[in-house]
Amino acid sequence: MTLTVLYFAWLRERIGLPRETVDTSAATVADLVAELAAREDRYALAFADLASVRVAVDQTLTDMDAPLAQAREVAFFPPMTGG
Amino acid sequence: MSVRVQAEAFDYGAECAAFAQAASGAGAVVTFCGLVRDNDGRLQAMEIEHYPGMTQTALEQIEAQARARWSLSDALIVHRFGRLEPGAMIMMVATASRHRADAFVAAEFLMDYLKSRAPFWKKEFGADGATWVAATDADEQALRRW
Repeated sequence: MTLTVLYFAWLRERIGLPRETVDTSAATVADLVAELAAREDRYALAFADLASVRVAVDQTLTDMDAPLAQAREVAFFPPMTGG
Repeated sequence: MSVRVQAEAFDYGAECAAFAQAASGAGAVVTFCGLVRDNDGRLQAMEIEHYPGMTQTALEQIEAQARARWSLSDALIVHRFGRLEPGAMIMMVATASRHRADAFVAAEFLMDYLKSRAPFWKKEFGADGATWVAATDADEQALRRW
């Protein structure tokens, strides 16, 4: 499965990319995070504290247990600070 | 009902006047505007990042929730992104209803949800460098009352 993975705010800065294409067989968001974190230190650092990471799958907020079957876009970001 | 996400400044006075005029049958209009705090003069600029594909939809969903819960004849959300100077207007909400209670409470609901459920992130630039604004427990607790 090919996913577009997006990073925002300090996750984007730590990883050094706003987006990338990822080939993965991850079944859930948590599996994808584990795959990414195992790649390089900058990913491990970005995903070191999952309590401060939020995720959207196909532009809908969800959580780490969400399945990735049928997913096309996954975005990781810190807790939002709008308003 | 309208949601706008934009880099450009908006004219708060003109937005409020146009909203109130269109809501003439409503009886009550509540408006709120959020500004870039200058942190006692230490802030040089604020940069607001957002998730272009998701922001509009997320705001529309928040607005739809407000309409489902309270009797609103109209609602407006305008939220800016990009680089803003201290004192600049970041965002505004407006609500219109038959009586004021619904307009007030729906405006507060919109603000609480915008704070922590709309994909915006603020970065503050000062003399000592740049820092991402952290979400607070208070922001999260504010959602529990709804």
